[in-house]
Amino acid sequence: MGIADLSFWAFAITLITGGLFTVVARNPVHSVLWLILSFLSAAGLFVLIGAEFVAMLLIIVYVGAVAVLFLFVVMMLDVDFAALKAEMATYVPVAGLIGIVLLMQLGIAFGNWQFSEGIEGRLGNPTPSLDVAHNTQALGLILYDRYFLLFQLAGLILLVAMVGAIVLTLRHRVDVKRQDVVAQMMRDPKKAMELKDVKPGQGL
Amino acid sequence: METILLFGPLVGALICGFTWRLIGEQAACVVATGMLFLSALLSWIVFLGFDGETYTRSLFTWIESGSLFTDWAIRIDRLTAIMLIVITTVSALVHLYSFGYMAHDDNFREGEVYRPRFFAYLSFFTFTMLMLVTADNLLQLFFGWEGVGVASYLLIGFYYRKPSAGAAAMKAFIVNRVGDFGFLLAIFALFWMADSIQFDVILAMGPELMETTFQFLGYEVNAANTIGMLLFIGAMGKSAQLFLHTWLPDAMEGPTPVSALIHAATMVTAGVFLICRMSPIMEYAPFATNFIIIVGAATAFFAATVGLVQNDIKRVIAYSTCSQLGYMFVAAGVGVYSVAMFHLLTHAFFKAMLFLGAGSVIHAMHHEQDMRNYGGLRKKIPYTFAAMLVGTLAITGVGIPTTYFGFAGFFSKDAVIESAFAFGGGLGSYAFWMLVVAALFTSFYSWRLMFLTFFGTPRGDKHTHDHAHESPWTMLAPLGVLGIGAVLSGFVWYNSFFGHTDDVGRFFGVPYAVEGDHGAVEGDHGAADAGHGTEVVATAEDTHAAPTAETGDHAAEGAYAAYPHYVLTGAPGQGAIHAAPGNNVLNEAHEVPTWVKWSPFVAMIIGLATATLFYLVSPGLPARWAEVNRPLYLFLLNKWYFDEIYGAIFVRPAKALGRFLWKAIDGRVIDGGINGLALGIIPFITRLAGRAQSGYLFHYAFAMVLGIVVLVTWVTLRAGG
Amino acid sequence: MIAADLAIMIPEIILAIFAMAGLLMAVYTTKDGMAPALTFGTAIVLVIVAFYIGVTGEGTRIAFDGMFVDDAFARFAKVTILLSAAAVLVVGQDYMQKNNLLRFEYPMLVVLAVIGMMVMVSAGDLIALYMGLELQSLALYVVAALRRDSVKSTEAGLKYFVLGALSSGLLLYGASLVYGFAGTTGFAGIIDATAGGDVSIGLLLGLVFVTAGLAFKVSAAPFHMWTPDVYEGAPTAITALFATAPKVAAMALFARVVHDAFGNAVGDWQQIVAFLAVFSMFLGSIAAIGQTDIKRLMAYSSIAHMGFALMGLASGTAQGVEAMLIYMAIYVTMNIGAFAFIMTMEKDGRHITTISSLASFSSRQPAKAMALLLLMFSLAGVPPLLGFFGKYAVLWAAIEADMIWLAVAGVIASVIGAYYYLRIVYLMYFGEDREGLDGRMTLAPFVALMAAAIIMLAGIVNLFGIEGLAEAAAQTLVN
Repeated sequence: MGIADLSFWAFAITLITGGLFTVVARNPVHSVLWLILSFLSAAGLFVLIGAEFVAMLLIIVYVGAVAVLFLFVVMMLDVDFAALKAEMATYVPVAGLIGIVLLMQLGIAFGNWQFSEGIEGRLGNPTPSLDVAHNTQALGLILYDRYFLLFQLAGLILLVAMVGAIVLTLRHRVDVKRQDVVAQMMRDPKKAMELKDVKPGQGL
Repeated sequence: METILLFGPLVGALICGFTWRLIGEQAACVVATGMLFLSALLSWIVFLGFDGETYTRSLFTWIESGSLFTDWAIRIDRLTAIMLIVITTVSALVHLYSFGYMAHDDNFREGEVYRPRFFAYLSFFTFTMLMLVTADNLLQLFFGWEGVGVASYLLIGFYYRKPSAGAAAMKAFIVNRVGDFGFLLAIFALFWMADSIQFDVILAMGPELMETTFQFLGYEVNAANTIGMLLFIGAMGKSAQLFLHTWLPDAMEGPTPVSALIHAATMVTAGVFLICRMSPIMEYAPFATNFIIIVGAATAFFAATVGLVQNDIKRVIAYSTCSQLGYMFVAAGVGVYSVAMFHLLTHAFFKAMLFLGAGSVIHAMHHEQDMRNYGGLRKKIPYTFAAMLVGTLAITGVGIPTTYFGFAGFFSKDAVIESAFAFGGGLGSYAFWMLVVAALFTSFYSWRLMFLTFFGTPRGDKHTHDHAHESPWTMLAPLGVLGIGAVLSGFVWYNSFFGHTDDVGRFFGVPYAVEGDHGAVEGDHGAADAGHGTEVVATAEDTHAAPTAETGDHAAEGAYAAYPHYVLTGAPGQGAIHAAPGNNVLNEAHEVPTWVKWSPFVAMIIGLATATLFYLVSPGLPARWAEVNRPLYLFLLNKWYFDEIYGAIFVRPAKALGRFLWKAIDGRVIDGGINGLALGIIPFITRLAGRAQSGYLFHYAFAMVLGIVVLVTWVTLRAGG
Repeated sequence: MIAADLAIMIPEIILAIFAMAGLLMAVYTTKDGMAPALTFGTAIVLVIVAFYIGVTGEGTRIAFDGMFVDDAFARFAKVTILLSAAAVLVVGQDYMQKNNLLRFEYPMLVVLAVIGMMVMVSAGDLIALYMGLELQSLALYVVAALRRDSVKSTEAGLKYFVLGALSSGLLLYGASLVYGFAGTTGFAGIIDATAGGDVSIGLLLGLVFVTAGLAFKVSAAPFHMWTPDVYEGAPTAITALFATAPKVAAMALFARVVHDAFGNAVGDWQQIVAFLAVFSMFLGSIAAIGQTDIKRLMAYSSIAHMGFALMGLASGTAQGVEAMLIYMAIYVTMNIGAFAFIMTMEKDGRHITTISSLASFSSRQPAKAMALLLLMFSLAGVPPLLGFFGKYAVLWAAIEADMIWLAVAGVIASVIGAYYYLRIVYLMYFGEDREGLDGRMTLAPFVALMAAAIIMLAGIVNLFGIEGLAEAAAQTLVN
């Protein structure tokens, strides 16, 4: 067992343990921390197969941004996870049973896994070898060339996400008093006050 | 002319039934009656002008589907012509009679209009009956067959407020359905065998059918016999023959004119008509005709015995009708269809007359029908008495044998009895003796009726007797007309129906030949139609040279010897009736021993004497007799317990089955199932689905996962297995 | 190469540019003030694009290495999607305006969702499929929650989003299994991989998961649970959208996946789809009976209808696909008409959706009641209305494919389902007169309602010729 194999098992076991504890941890903050551990392990696995760009991406985007965002949300929202979990607990036996059934069936599927005939022909390596182009370059090429359509569609999806976020959160409250500096400065006392001569018995 | 004749009653029925509000009650009835009289007049013109040649007038196409082709058509031959005059004459007279009889009826409330309905039903019945007899194919015949069934149902149940009338109407309809089923099967079988339901085609198939067999109920059966049996089952229902007779006495629940028209003169004879019409097939179905003889004779005997002890005046006549129909069937069964039609004709006159006379008595006695409450009425209602007397003389067959003096019934009944004897063999003897005994009983109960009603001292409600009155002229006139028929019809048409074979052949438009020549001719013309010496056939037109019945007094024994023996030689379907080669009953019937000719007369005298003894000389005797022979009396009074037996065997199990199907199957299983499904299970599932739709996200996700697991499991199992 | 590929995608590109341009324009001008005009303009653009696709499309063209397929089947689905989306926009405009929901993003999000749908029906690759699906779904999640001040609307959006994410997960998991088996995500490659006829259990599991993800999108039971809540919670005009265009897209995608990618394993997915069909038909029919809210009722109704459409698909033949396309076209028409009415259900100026408010509606508005009656009868599949022919087509397809039991189940389910449609009619005509609806209909919904009702009657002549188009479409897909 070489160092690479050792690393693989280490990362893989850490990844699964992290995922498990993300789910079962009592404290939501701990859950997020476990999630971050999982991400890191996954990044390690990517490095092992030579996809260092994706590994870095995972660390920067998921660990750096997404997971941190999660932390904020979890801390800011005062959700009683314990209560939720207690409610969930009543379903644990059934859910567990179903989970086991599903797991066994997947086990059967993976146990005698067969690849289709002629898979080698279809399984063409999409990226050129590392000698020709390094990871980032290869990804860029493939994204803007072969997967151009998908890339653009991803762009559109992100646009929708952005627009959606704005639509659902941005509010123009009409009843909120706002400070209009120019209006304040341009205020004219003459116009602000008007004197009326009220004659007795007539009113305005 | 035929068209007007046929559709006149329909038009009358429609006008009467639908427009009486516009034209008034009386006018509507008059229109219907007028149409009937027109129809009757035309019928007589057709009958008297008919030369024996069958002709068909097609009106319009009814069904054309594959090889099934059916026209509405009018087929006129001698059979039809006879039926036409019977139907329209009796119907017209009954219409007229009904003006008087139906004037006031306690079964309807004050101010209720019922007469146009009654007249419309009567006219409608007449139309369907005409449809039946003028049919040139089985389907039209069946249409008429069912049409008269409907009309009969409507008229029996005319007093719809009386539960017994409703039950009787239903009984008549249901019992008839049993027969109709047989008839339908016969039609199917004929269509299957002949690929046609046109009479022209199927009647010519008789000999061929005799040679054919087909599978029926899993047995290989002879086609002609099976079809003949099925046809007779149909006829049994309509003509109230034994086993299917139970509806006829109950049908007396209807108004009396209805009984006279439908249940004496016309509809019930449709079965006889059917057998005669199908004679070219029946002739080749020996098994079926033997069965007809057995049932017919048994019916004649059975009904006569029951008639002996009935107390309801209409029921006595009803059983009498049943009995007389048995006579007709015996005649048809032994192969002398002309005699069957002869008895049908005379019977129509005297039986309609008896019924109408009985109606007149009932009318006079304020709808009292029990003869035990009559008595001594001859002075109160003399005309009715006279009419009934004529009718009784006719039905009992009063006349002097071996001469031409007698009432209508005398000729026809004696002809039947002689034919039965002439048929020979054990079956012939059986039929002969049954009929003679039946004639004795007929005489007894007919005279019993007369004596109980018109002689002796008034019994029953005194008030009713005091107010007994003669009927109006509208009721008496038909009695008079029918009386003429009852007296004369036998004498006038004796030769045409039961004379020498050449007379009969001419009358029915059937070719005939001298018996001796027949064989020789056959030898010469081997190529002629197998089994028929048609070449030397003397048709109705060119045989004037032949000695006619009118010229010689051939009633005497000696005359027959000199007279050449003719036989009917028509091919099946040719002419109105058919006699198979070898059927010589008609000739032999004239040569029966003298004691045979006298036997019905003796029977009649015995019956008359007994009745006189029982009801005039010693009125206490019947009661004592009934006391001594109580089981027998009860047996007869209860009509051989047929109703009870049928009740136990068919009606109650059917009702029980019906109740079971209704309550248990329909009610509980089907209704309960549907309702349970619709009102129980589905709402339950609905609630369940509603509960599942809890709004909780994890429930939803759980459902999805569950779905996945189910699908995955299924796929895995399928792939594994 | 790219230019040629892009040329095939012109309709999608036009719409994408239009969406972005519209957003920018509205942001820099009067914002929501632009919304009515923008909505209307969007509808026009959608119709034009539909027209363009319908007229210019020809043959089968493949772009981006088979990721994007433009064939008769896709065009049929696209035209249906575009027209129904346009119709919903126009019909719903008044409703949105009245309820203060007409924001300029709304039509743009609809356009983006439509692009997603178009990509879905043209997808020739699992990744493209997923992209289209997500583009559509994301836009719909947002519009479902458009009414931010309503708890129900927000809840609807959130539920839709979470469950949608779950279904996406299932789909992706299935896709990964399929990729693991076939070594490619392209449909052409997958069908090659199964050409030998032996289908490993791994692929079957992948198929099940992919099917489950798709079933969620067509809201087939048991993946339907989101539907009633989302239909009820979302603004009615948006519910109308949910009930129409996305259903067509998802159904077309379903057909494409099972035929283009798994065409060699018909016997395997047939069972799954038949199961979904039967379950959906019965659940939709039975659960709808207990509903008191017409929007929830329509949700169950659409579940049942999806069951029927899936029945066509389950037959696994070209005829089945044809029947499914016809069914969907008729279904969409009926739903636009029905929702045009539901949107305008008002009492005292407030939008209400209780079924009981329809009581004795016919005495007040006979014409509208009659139109609704026709639509309800058609939804129930009462002959001789158009809905009957849709049902007839799918039943016949099932029978032709020797799936008699499926057809029998369909008939039974439709009998049960008829109950609640007829109940609405019963209420309208014989219900006890209470204070009922008093709102007036504006032009667009009225026209839509009447037109849909008339189509239900007039369409029976020749189904407006869509039969031939659907047949051609089905032929290109199944061969």
